[in-house]
Amino acid sequence: MIELEGKTVISLNVNGDSHEVMVRPSDILLDVLREQLGLTSAKAGCKNGDCGACTVMVDGWPAKSCLMLAVEAQDKKIITVEGLGGKAAVQKAFVEANAFQCGYCTSGFLMVCHALMTQHPVMPDEIVIEEWLQSNLCRCTSYQEIRKAVHLMYDSLQAADV
Amino acid sequence: MVTSIGKSIQRKDAWEKVTGFAQYTDDFPTTGVLCARLLTSPYGHARILKIDTAKASAVKGVKSILTGDDFKELHGPLLLDRPALAQNVVRYAGEPVALVVAQEESVAERAVRLIEVEYEPLPVLLTPSESLSQGAVLIHEKVTGYKRMLTDIYPEEGTNIASRYHIQKGNAAEALKKCEYIVQKQFSLPPSDHLAMEVRTARAEISSDGQVQIMTSSQSPYAVRQQISGAFMIPAGQIQVTVPFIGGGFGGKSAVMLEILAFLASKSVGGKAVRLIITREQDMAAPPSRIGLEADITIGADKDGKIQAAQMIFRLDCGAYTDISPYMAKAIAADCTGPYHMEHVLCDSLCVYTNHTYATAYRSFAHESYTFCMERVIDLLAKRCGWDPLEFRYRNAIHAGSTTPTQVPYTESLIGDLRKCLSRARQLSLWDAGSRTAIKQNTVKAKGIACFWKTENPPTDAISGATVTFNTDGSVNLVTGVVEMGSNGQTHLAQILAEKLGIPCEKVHVVLSVDTRAAPEHWKTVASLTEYMAGKAVLRAADDLLQQLRSNGSQVFGCPISDIEVSHGRVYSIRNPERFIEFKDIAQGYQAPDGTSIGEPVLGRGGMMLKGLSMLDPQTGKGKTGPAWTLGAQVVEVEADITTFSYRILSALTVMDVGKVINPESMRSMVAGGMAMGMSMASREAASYDSQGVPQAPTLRTYKLMHIGQEPDYQVDFVETPQDDSPYGMRSYAEHGLIAIPAALGNALSNAFGIEEVTLPLTPENIWKASQKEKP
Repeated sequence: MIELEGKTVISLNVNGDSHEVMVRPSDILLDVLREQLGLTSAKAGCKNGDCGACTVMVDGWPAKSCLMLAVEAQDKKIITVEGLGGKAAVQKAFVEANAFQCGYCTSGFLMVCHALMTQHPVMPDEIVIEEWLQSNLCRCTSYQEIRKAVHLMYDSLQAADV
Repeated sequence: MVTSIGKSIQRKDAWEKVTGFAQYTDDFPTTGVLCARLLTSPYGHARILKIDTAKASAVKGVKSILTGDDFKELHGPLLLDRPALAQNVVRYAGEPVALVVAQEESVAERAVRLIEVEYEPLPVLLTPSESLSQGAVLIHEKVTGYKRMLTDIYPEEGTNIASRYHIQKGNAAEALKKCEYIVQKQFSLPPSDHLAMEVRTARAEISSDGQVQIMTSSQSPYAVRQQISGAFMIPAGQIQVTVPFIGGGFGGKSAVMLEILAFLASKSVGGKAVRLIITREQDMAAPPSRIGLEADITIGADKDGKIQAAQMIFRLDCGAYTDISPYMAKAIAADCTGPYHMEHVLCDSLCVYTNHTYATAYRSFAHESYTFCMERVIDLLAKRCGWDPLEFRYRNAIHAGSTTPTQVPYTESLIGDLRKCLSRARQLSLWDAGSRTAIKQNTVKAKGIACFWKTENPPTDAISGATVTFNTDGSVNLVTGVVEMGSNGQTHLAQILAEKLGIPCEKVHVVLSVDTRAAPEHWKTVASLTEYMAGKAVLRAADDLLQQLRSNGSQVFGCPISDIEVSHGRVYSIRNPERFIEFKDIAQGYQAPDGTSIGEPVLGRGGMMLKGLSMLDPQTGKGKTGPAWTLGAQVVEVEADITTFSYRILSALTVMDVGKVINPESMRSMVAGGMAMGMSMASREAASYDSQGVPQAPTLRTYKLMHIGQEPDYQVDFVETPQDDSPYGMRSYAEHGLIAIPAALGNALSNAFGIEEVTLPLTPENIWKASQKEKP
């Protein structure tokens, strides 16, 4: 990043692939993922870090991609829902628990739950789950379904270990 | 044979939604699409003296700038009172004043900031009472001058009243005089926001031959077509509206607003594709939100605890423009008593302009607001009469021999069974274990109960339709105009079709996006009427399909149509069931082994128009606004600290008469979701304004929703009293989990703290304030 104005080419590692993108210093990761890479699973719900709909995984941790500049994401491993491949425990769990209705917040919840399991391979206390999930908002479900999905996600992991 | 009905069949959109494949309006490619941004009013009420766009126009990449001077058209579903961009005057903070179209979002945003507007502030009216007071400024100079789209909208000359509905059944004034117990209360409830997770957005493009393409996050694609066609004199067929997945609607996306702006934006740049992007903060202030409500209620019971009469005035705070609010005033009037037997009812329901953000439908069409008021006075009346609140409701429940406020006679099929709901609620909530228990010093557990009912208020001629086609594997494609916004109506429609055709639900593919040129018109995806309206159309399409399959079968088997049976995906003659043809071999017509072609391809279609509805008689309110009612009872339990007025919601129960449970898990989760939305709204949500009408918390950081960890234990149970004219007897149910939750929470807290004047939102601060007023 030599130029401070105008656009610069940077490299982002997303879902295991390296992509060259042209960004301004002020471009947020969310917009670059959506508009340049076509990875629209991450949604803009507030662009202010309040709703969590844009959550992606950055080096194994959940991050709100509306609060992260694209340039900050260089040299990090970014995973979006598209990168889960449709077979992740968290995806099956959300389907089984009926943990979404309109689906708009779902990608954010999937990524925060997936990161939770990455950081806590054994199911943590309920209070830890709540701490991890409470900065993601859902307006459709009662949250009970999402809580159930987290349990099912860990159950399936246990079942796989046996 | 039951293949689908009554089973917890997985959502049809489940895997699309967990893999990121589900596309919402703003997920479509933006390459080559211009971006439009809005400048909105910072004033609640002001005259626009001057708009200077020179600096903004000079920004590189700006394509056009529009202001209210550029148009004369007015918009609205019922009363044409709203300009697309403010014309000479702004009537609420957040009202669109100018629109910038630019090459990129960042350019549009910069240009918006450079537009200079001079305002002259005008007096601000923030409650219906203020707007109705003597000498109040008129928010609309000549409300009777606006064009009415339907005849039952009654603006009152020289006032801020946009419409009024009157119910007079029996003689309430006389009956109240004879009552032993009377409760008289006033209420003032604030507006709040829908807060769907997807911010509203729309795109438009106009081809050189005048074809208008609109893609939008709307619950009402056909209304978008109709309103743009009507306002700009474009033949409806030239307008194609598409709606992909939408990220929650809750009524907030039933109003037509951004689509008009996007259309104007595209028109201003020679028809190029434009996407209109608004911020979350604008989404909370510019497009319509939930109504506020004032109510004065007097209700009386005899010495035996039987409710005799009620007199009510409801004043809806519809904000600066009417949108659908007059019909919400009508809806409140039509259901004003709640699900109780009352012989004497006098009700006036007024739709009143204020300088708030204008209102539109919100999950349950204003029922949550009036139900809060009514169920509070029912609780207080029970107390005065010395009755247990649940028992009191049971005693007064609507029953055979009763009529509704609009004089529709009770039948079980039409209205449902409240007593069954109450009995079940009594059992499941352990009501008899005590409604208020001290658990330690200063901490009590308390329960509250509230009931609800709701009928719908569609236009009397609302329509729906369905088409069904076959795939070569014998599976079918179902196309309706129903928008998928989370309520899972499409899966339920697939179940209805699968059941009727006798095939597994996996063999029914639903088209989840709506294209007004491809799907038969469905009035709007609102009022929880999907299963009733589109469901009926689906059944008719299925009948049509079956008839054609029989016709093909009779030709193949050479026997009369009456001998042909269709079931389990097979067509056969009852005379020889062993010889059958599978759908895949006969649905596209049949080819005999020698190559002879027999029959025709099978294409099912069904349409329905609502029947038997009427406008309300202006003098008495007599009439029928919706096809049927859904009712239920809800119980909330709280644990409250009586010294700090803080509380935790422990549990919430809904028992609802849904007619028929066609998908237990889907319906349970929809009702629980409604309860959660009601709980969040009741416990913390309100649009707060300063004295000049400027929103004080227009961001998600300051307008707090409930998050995980704050939710109580939700329990949902169903009673099944079939609605005879509905598919499989099912009633509308999708909004209803919300309706009496605010009231039940209010009743629980009133019970916990011993305070009568609880109001929304039920924050510790508001409860404390009430306690200070009621100090002995």
